[in-house]
Formats: sequence, C-alpha cells, structure tokens
Amino acid sequence: MNKWLTPRSTLGLVLVAAALIVLPFVVGMGGQAWVRILNFAILYAFLALGLNIVVGFAGLLDLGYVAFYAVGAYTWALLASPHFGLHLPFWAILPIGAVFACIAGALLGAPTLKLRGDYLAIVTLGFGEIVRIFMNNLNAPVNITNGAQGITLIDPVVVGQFKFSATSTIFGLTVTGPQKYYYLLVLLALGVILVNYRLQHSRIGRAWQAIREDEIAAKAIGINTRNVKLLAFAMGASFGGIAGGIFAAMQGFVSPESFSLIESIMILAMVVLGGMGHIPGVILGAVLLAILPEALRYAVVPVQKALFGEVLADPESLRMLVFGLALVLVMRFRPAGLWPSPERRRELAEKTQ
Amino acid sequence: MDILFQQIINGLVQGSIYAMVALGYTMVYGIMGLINFAHGEVVMIGTLVAISIVTLLVQSGMPPALAGAFGVAGAALVCMALGWSLERIAYRPLRRAQRLAPLITAIGMSIVLQNLAMMIWGRNYMTFPPLIEKTQYEFAGAAFTSVQVMIVVVAALSMSGLLLLVYRTRLGMAMRATAQNPAVAGLMGVNANRIISSAFVVGSALGAIAGVMVGTYYEVAHYQMGFMLGLKAFTAAVLGGIGNFAGAMAGGVLLGLIEALGAGYIGDLTGGFFGSHYQDIFAFAVLILVLMFRPSGLFGEKTGDRA
Amino acid sequence: MSAPVLLEARAVAKHFGGVKALRDVSLTIRQGEVYGLIGPNGAGKTTFFNCMTGLYVPDGGGFVFAGAPLVADAPHRAAERGIARTFQNIRLFGNMTALENVMVGRHVRTRAGVFGAILRNGATRAEEAAIRRRAEELLHYVGIEDCADDLAKNLSYGDQRRLEIARALAAEPKLLCLDEPAAGMNGAETAELRVLIEGIRADGVTILLIEHDVKLVMGLCDRVAVLDYGALVIEDVPAVVQHDPRVIEAYIGVAA
Repeated sequence: MNKWLTPRSTLGLVLVAAALIVLPFVVGMGGQAWVRILNFAILYAFLALGLNIVVGFAGLLDLGYVAFYAVGAYTWALLASPHFGLHLPFWAILPIGAVFACIAGALLGAPTLKLRGDYLAIVTLGFGEIVRIFMNNLNAPVNITNGAQGITLIDPVVVGQFKFSATSTIFGLTVTGPQKYYYLLVLLALGVILVNYRLQHSRIGRAWQAIREDEIAAKAIGINTRNVKLLAFAMGASFGGIAGGIFAAMQGFVSPESFSLIESIMILAMVVLGGMGHIPGVILGAVLLAILPEALRYAVVPVQKALFGEVLADPESLRMLVFGLALVLVMRFRPAGLWPSPERRRELAEKTQ
Repeated sequence: MDILFQQIINGLVQGSIYAMVALGYTMVYGIMGLINFAHGEVVMIGTLVAISIVTLLVQSGMPPALAGAFGVAGAALVCMALGWSLERIAYRPLRRAQRLAPLITAIGMSIVLQNLAMMIWGRNYMTFPPLIEKTQYEFAGAAFTSVQVMIVVVAALSMSGLLLLVYRTRLGMAMRATAQNPAVAGLMGVNANRIISSAFVVGSALGAIAGVMVGTYYEVAHYQMGFMLGLKAFTAAVLGGIGNFAGAMAGGVLLGLIEALGAGYIGDLTGGFFGSHYQDIFAFAVLILVLMFRPSGLFGEKTGDRA
Repeated sequence: MSAPVLLEARAVAKHFGGVKALRDVSLTIRQGEVYGLIGPNGAGKTTFFNCMTGLYVPDGGGFVFAGAPLVADAPHRAAERGIARTFQNIRLFGNMTALENVMVGRHVRTRAGVFGAILRNGATRAEEAAIRRRAEELLHYVGIEDCADDLAKNLSYGDQRRLEIARALAAEPKLLCLDEPAAGMNGAETAELRVLIEGIRADGVTILLIEHDVKLVMGLCDRVAVLDYGALVIEDVPAVVQHDPRVIEAYIGVAA
C-alpha cells in the first residue's frame, strides 16, 4: 500500500480532496441549479459504479438496472412521507431499500442468469418495464404507489437536528441544501469506489473476470458460475437501491416517469462510454453524460443565435440530437470507451492490427 | 365466449404488425448478432414519411388508395436508404469492436432519429389520412373493419415475399449461409458486406410497410411511437427465437394474441384487481417465462456449451 | 497389493442425436497412477472427460470418485471433489496475467466472499496473501515464474500449456486430467512435459492422460485404456496394450 504514498501522489490526493471540498461553492456561484446538476452527476457516478459491478466486472448485460433504483426510491418514499404517514429515519430506510433492491435482483437473477448475453439483456429490460408499469398502476384498488402522480412531500435526509434540505450557517458559512447533499453524495460515492476497487481485486472479483473471459474454463476450475453471477447481480442491485433512496430524499418527489427504460440505457451508456470495468473511466463517463445534456441546454440557444442570428431548431430536441451523436461518435472513434483499463486498450490494439 | 373472438381478431392484427417489425430485428441479428435498437425508429420514420406523402397527394386530388400506394413506396425507399446508411455509417466501423459498442451506437442512433423526426414533423400527434374506406363487418358476434383485413392481408403477402426471397433466390441463400457461418460463407465467395447491407435494406422495407400499417390502424402517429413498438417487436423476435424467420413471424402473432387476450381477461381473472392498463406487462412477463424454460426462444436452436 | 481405486466409471454412455459417442465405458483409475486414455480421433476420449468433469450429463451409467458417486449436474462440483482438468484447445483467461490465472485456480480451496472483500479484514488479507504465495509457488513449480505478470494470451504455446497445468494444480486435485497436453509440442518440449508430469505424480497426484503421442503414453503411463468408436477396447499395462491386435487395428484401421 505504502508504495503509492509518494510525496507526489500525496500532493495529488490533497489537491483532489481540496477541489472536491470547494467545488460546490465554486459551482454555487453560478446558481444552485448548477449544484443540483453536480449532485446528479455524482448520483449517476454512484449508479454507474453499481452497474459496473454487473456489466463491467461480471460481464452481464443488464438493461433494467433502473428497476432497482426505483425499488430504492419507492422504499424511501413509502417509508418516509405522509403517503402512509410513516417517517422512519434515514439510517433505517437506506439499508431497507438496499435489501429490497437486493432481493429484487436475486429474484430476477436466479431464474434468468443462465441465459446468453442478449437474451439476458432483453429479460432485464422487460423486468425494468414491469416494475415501472406496476408503479404506474398500483394506485387502485389499493393505493400503494399513487400511480402516475407519484408521491410528494418525501422527507429529506435528517441527522438529529441537521436537515439536509434547508440552508444553514456553519462556522459563519452559508451552506445550501444542495451543497449539503453534495457532501453526502461525495461520501457515498467514495464508499462505492472503495467497494468497487476492493471487489475487483478479490477472490470474487477474479472469479467474475474469469467468467467473463471463459465461462467453461471457469466452471472447470470449480467456480459456481450461477452463484457468483447472482452475487454480482445482487450487489449491483443493492447499490441501485441506495442511490434510489438518496434520489427520493433529495427530490422530495418520486414518480414512475423517473424510472423509464431510457434511464437504464443512460446508466449503461455511462459505463460503456467511460470504459467498462475501469473505475476512473466509469466515473468519467457518468459525469460527462450527466452534465453534457444540461450544459447543452444552456449552450444550444446562444450558439444558434450567434451562428444564424435566430433560433432555428427546438433547443430540447437539438440537445438530445447532439447527445445521441456524441454517443455514436465516441463509440466510433474510441470503441473501448473514453478511458479504458490498460488491459482492454491492449486487447483492442491487438484486434485492429 | 363473449369477447374471445373479438380479442383474437384484434390480436391477429396487432400481431401481424409485430411480426413485420420483428423480422427486421431477426434478420440483422441472425446475420451479425447485433440488436439494432434503432429499428423501431426506422419504422416510425416510415410512418411519418408516409403521412407526409399521402397528405400531400390527397390534397392535390389523388384518390386515397393510390396516394397510399405512393406513400408505402416512398416510405419504403426512405427507410431502405436509412437502414443502409445506418449500417454503413454507424455499425460497420464497429464490427470488430467489443460487443457492447454497437449496442451503445444503436441507442445513440435511436436518440438521433427520434429527435430528427421531432424537428422535422414536430412534437404533436399527427393524423394518418384514411387510405381505404373503413367498413365494419360482423362475424360470430365480433366486429372487424376493412382496415384490419387489409393489414393482415398485406402482412401475409409481404412475409410470403420475404420467404420467397430467403429460400428461392441466390441472395437469400447467401444470407442464410452468412448467418450460419460468416467465415465459411466468405470463403465460398459470399460478400459479407453486401449481405449485411441487404439484411438492413430488406428489414427496413418491411419496417416501412409495418409503419404504414400502424398509421392506418391507429390513425395517428408520433415521433415517439417507434420505441415501444420496437421493444415489443424485439420481444416477439426473442420469443420466437431470434435469428429465426419463422420464429419472428410466429412470435409476433403470438405476442399480439397474448396481449389482446390478456388485456381482455385480466380484469376477470384477478377479480378486478388488475385492469387492462397492465397490458404491457404481458409481453414481458411471457417473455421472461418462456426464456426461463426455453432459453433460446420457442423456435430457436438449442445452443449448448462446448468444451 | 494394488492401490485403492480413485475413480470408477460404470457403463458411462453418451449420445449426441444418433451418434453414440460413448458406449457403456467402464474403467477404474487407481490412486497414484498415471492412467492413459488413447484412441483414434473421434473415439470419444474428450467426451469421456467432459462427462466426468460435469460439462456433459451422461445418458447412462455414472462415476464413483473417492468412494462417493459424482453428481453429474454442475461442473464446479467435480472441481470441489478434487478433479481438475486442462483442455485440448487450451482455455486460459487470456486477459488476466499468468499469476492471476493461477490465483483464480485457488477459488475452490478458498473462502473469502463479498463482505470479506469489502471489509478486507485480517482473515481475508491473510487468505489473499496465501493465495498469491501458493500461485507464485505453482508458477515456479511448472517453470514459468518469469512470466508471472504477462497476460496469459501473450505466453508462448508451451508456456500456456504449463500455465494451464499450474492453474489446475492450484485446486489441489486428487485427480488431474490432462487433455492432449503434448499436442503441438516439439520433441524437446514433450520431454520437458514428461518430466513435469512425472514430478506431479511423485507428489501424489493421480493423473489421467489423454494423448495422441503413443510413445509418450507408453513411456509414462502405468496403465492404458483404448477407446474406439466410443467403446472400451482394452484396459491394461502398456506392454500388453501395445501388442494387442485390436489396438493395432483401431489405430491402423482396415489397411493393416
């Protein structure tokens, strides 16, 4: 371990930490909206790293990841809002959400993980849609999810008297709600990074990689491929559940609309675009894809005005168009992702020779 | 009895549409193992192009049926060009990349096409002008329209045409050979690039026809319509055993029937607990169940592990 | 007088469609011996291997291993019971290093799960260090310790064969099954391989060897079985097998 703590890397670490600490205040100067965008970027990084365990490490193509995110979000929403009149504390709900999501993952995974890649993809996709349809319709005859209207007035994260949603003054410094959530999210993200890293370099992580490389050989050396895959699936799902809980608390509102298939696809795109299985790459992919559409939102109108003197195209569709093109172009010119792991880069270089 | 026959008719009509779109997925998948996620958007573009052509021609005094024929032809041409360019520009450069890269590209193209369509045709629902006079028939207590009859007939004709192409022509033989073993087909002088292009072009043409069917059936179209339709059609293709032509057709019709019957009876079956808005669940629930017991789809070949 | 039986195949049958790949093959492998399984191409040797290691489920018969029947449903169970194998067409984890390949091989003999990995507690760290140490020893044992950090797919052909053996040994097998380990090797490499196999036997591991190189088999094996068209022709010591007319016929065919 100590070989990494050279003076140079220590300095780098200190600089990164300092940047992470002051970031919400720098960004906050441009308005709290930007802090919220930043928060979503981190939340997506968290989700992408959770999915990375499934897709990047174990090589299982999951197109319904958002279902677990939804389970976590609805768990929080139902256990901490006026909807059922329950107001459990966050330290209770977050693990419950993770466990529920984990169970959902195991329930889906157990019968389907023997399927070949593309079949698994479509089954997970179908599962994601089923979960969303249920959330949309479970308002009658017994109102559980409140249907398409969603659930409002969800409790924020509260630790003792400290409310994450309100602005408060700490040591003479005004800290807004989104800024507080930022720090919470950074902590959680650091946690998931640590988990990702440790899993990757463990007995289980090696087993995942072995399955990805050659499933038959993996079986022959005694890896119970079904259980080990299920483990990846359930792990990924649990992280999705935690992210969902934070999402619900941060927004104060959940509705089925937030958990559509496109959301699953977006998270998968983050993993693949960044560099599957490579932790820094996945973070880069998540931050880029979370911020790019928002940045485009602000850029599209002024750029058109500057170029043509008027707004020619509907900004909303134009920005999504650019986003779609960006996906296509990155895959065209960097098929292993923007920041692939060194092994993968080598693998690819050999293929194109 | 009551609604059984009615729902079967509705299911058959919807199922023929699924089958047509499913063929597009299955052809591409069978030959190159790629889920062409953008196929649903190709169908959507077909519908919207047909609307524009038909509306224009009808306004200038052409009889609707003839305008409809031009509409189908125009939509097919545009979609074939679109399918061809998709493969050429987006997928071909990625043929040797990691497995997920083309999938992300396909998703990217899907987003691009959807938003292009929105910029061209707007974000509102568009009415699809009637192509033939809609007469209602009754048979054994069930009602059906001339439009429904036309859809089933056109679908049957198109699919027979496809089967002729695949089993009776040199191109079809080359396609089947490439699907079996691209390397050996290449050694036998089959130009894999040409075959892959043809699969995209033929699949897109079927998609365009299906797009016109959807338009005439529901009488409206929208830039987002391709997504769910594509998803269901892909489900149908997997249900039948992806890569298998007959499987795609059977899977499509089966899915249409399951949905129609499911939506018709779910209220009764669950004592009113679940309503017909759970219709979309059937497609996916059946899919999951079928794959649990037949991991390669209903008609797919069993692919075992090989040591 | 003779060593106890380690593996007993009882009338194992397997067919693919109409093709009978194995016809009621029965044989016994005793503890500590090198047992050769030979036969012409397509005789069913690899199929026999795959049935034994759980990749195929036999259509008839079964195996008794170390006193208890082998349940032919999950390949990982065979490895747990102590059967390790290599593959005819080498199956390494190409994008993992040589060392990591052997470390993965320790999977069945180690415990750490997800929580251990995340918490990285003392027990997990100790186990991890032990895995690494054992893997390094094994690389040294098969003589490729210099390639520890190379990706498996970048190793030379002969080294890949050795790495595959090291990976199999990592599971501490009672029975090591080698599927044509000398295929594609030149004379010098085959000689080195022979030394390696003899060393493994000396360490007390029973070896089942499928091989085309008849000279290697006859020189190395204590007993040899010959398969032809999926059926057992003979099972005996090399000197007897070598001169059995049925074996000569199976190998040289009608021309003889």
